Amino acid sequence: MKIIVPVKRVIDYNVKPRVKADGTGVDLANVKMSMNPFDEIAVEEAIRLKEKGVANEIVVVSVGPAKAQETLRTALAMGADRAILVQTDDEVEPLAVAKILKAIDDEEQSGLVILGKQAIDDDSNQTGQMLAALLGRPQGTFASEVTIDGNSVMVKREVDGGLETVKLTLPAIITTDLRLNEPRYASLPNIMKAKSKPLANKTPADYGVETAPRLKTLQVSEPPVRSAGIKVADVDALVAKLKELGVA
Amino acid sequence: MSKTLVWVEHDNASIKDATLSAVSAASQLGEVHLLVAGSDCAAVADAAAGIAGVGKVHLADDAAYANALVENVAPLIVSLMDSHDAFVAPATSNGKNIAPRVAALLDVAQVSEILSVEGPKTFTRPTYAGNAIAVVESSDAKLVVTVRGTAFAKAEATGGSASIEAITSTGDAGLSSFVSAEIAKSERPELTAAKIIVSGGRALRDGDTFEAMIFPLADKLGAAVGASRAAVDAGYVPNDYQVGQTGKIVAPEVYVAIGISGAIQHLAGMKDSKTIVAINKDEDAPIFQIADIGLIADLFNAVPELTGKL
Repeated sequence: MKIIVPVKRVIDYNVKPRVKADGTGVDLANVKMSMNPFDEIAVEEAIRLKEKGVANEIVVVSVGPAKAQETLRTALAMGADRAILVQTDDEVEPLAVAKILKAIDDEEQSGLVILGKQAIDDDSNQTGQMLAALLGRPQGTFASEVTIDGNSVMVKREVDGGLETVKLTLPAIITTDLRLNEPRYASLPNIMKAKSKPLANKTPADYGVETAPRLKTLQVSEPPVRSAGIKVADVDALVAKLKELGVA
Repeated sequence: MSKTLVWVEHDNASIKDATLSAVSAASQLGEVHLLVAGSDCAAVADAAAGIAGVGKVHLADDAAYANALVENVAPLIVSLMDSHDAFVAPATSNGKNIAPRVAALLDVAQVSEILSVEGPKTFTRPTYAGNAIAVVESSDAKLVVTVRGTAFAKAEATGGSASIEAITSTGDAGLSSFVSAEIAKSERPELTAAKIIVSGGRALRDGDTFEAMIFPLADKLGAAVGASRAAVDAGYVPNDYQVGQTGKIVAPEVYVAIGISGAIQHLAGMKDSKTIVAINKDEDAPIFQIADIGLIADLFNAVPELTGKL
């Protein structure tokens, strides 16, 4: 079985984003960028399925600028087999990304596509579900456990009140939640090896997908700031404050 | 006047509160219709018809909808979208699962987790873990929107008298089946609906200590229990306790953060709380920059003392 894993280059998890003064977006100049954390979990899960002998090839895909190559190389160093960069400098919305991924899947014929549940930049949480819709396949979103079982896959999902297990026919789409696994670090020899793994360069036009945005961002601003309040000296003072609030 | 279809989240017996916030948001877009899809869920439809301001309830009662399997529910929603201009779902795990599938089938972009309605097609929404608020305008003919529950007042659950119309099931798509659910049973209030939340972080050391410190205080206050991602990652508590960008978004009257440093992604989930109380021994912890009341103390002494004195 072939597994496709889309990965996105985003602002690093530990960096505090700053809104540009002109209100057009977030300042990404000279900011550390990394692979979206949920996508790392997706890459890891695909590698584990390959190690179990369930999958035989892992193709990683990124839609983004030339520098997204670095993100793909990271995935190759972790253990993916080959990469496709769909290069564009535009901001591509989830629907257009899903259309590109569908076109790639039409060529590649995957058994599973594993995606991060959301990217930590736009926080959309849409691409996996949209891809499932476009391919007419079942979707196991927010997965915390994935078990291949013959022609189907059991997915344990993180839902509001706890966990839910669904059985999906293959091929299927899975999106990852935090507890699915702990991604590995690429070793130095594997980082070197990744440099010679195949990476294909494509554009959205190669897949006949129009990437013009449907949503127009009119303005981006900082959220209202909360200022620090008071410090109390001890527990008694805290109890008094809580009583003032009427909660004790 | 434009018509908006709201997906009602329920357990085939009663309506989940998040639906009421979605109704409030939808009412700012036009006439509100509801979709109750479930199995043996007539009681839910009756309750839905009683929500104030609702024009009509569409009821699809079929075993295929018993567990809100998205592969079955999404085609049903699409079948109703010829006669509606917008689809709205609460930004719950089910709503987030369903809405993008509907959006793609309709070939429209989705606006996720809106915080406000600014115009017929204009909304505010959080990005970058709530560190940037974007005003976005849709150019699509139809809208698909998910609603952040904490950002909208709940619609009145009673006072309405909408008609209920049974609609034809689109059946079982044959792609998926429900196997089981492990839903945590708790006497405590639900996180997203609680007036008071007591949350613990990695400093709680392990699962047993977390329970011994946090639970008695929460019970004394009648509070729900939450946790930081670090505490969930470390295995102290299950993921459904997680408050933050990748967990639940909460905005209670009082949020008590214990041993939580205040990582960006945690603040994203709770900074709209009315009053934030923080207990942490590190006076430089970022949580103190947003806390209304801070106590710099070792939690292992302060928390039992606090529980005892309340």
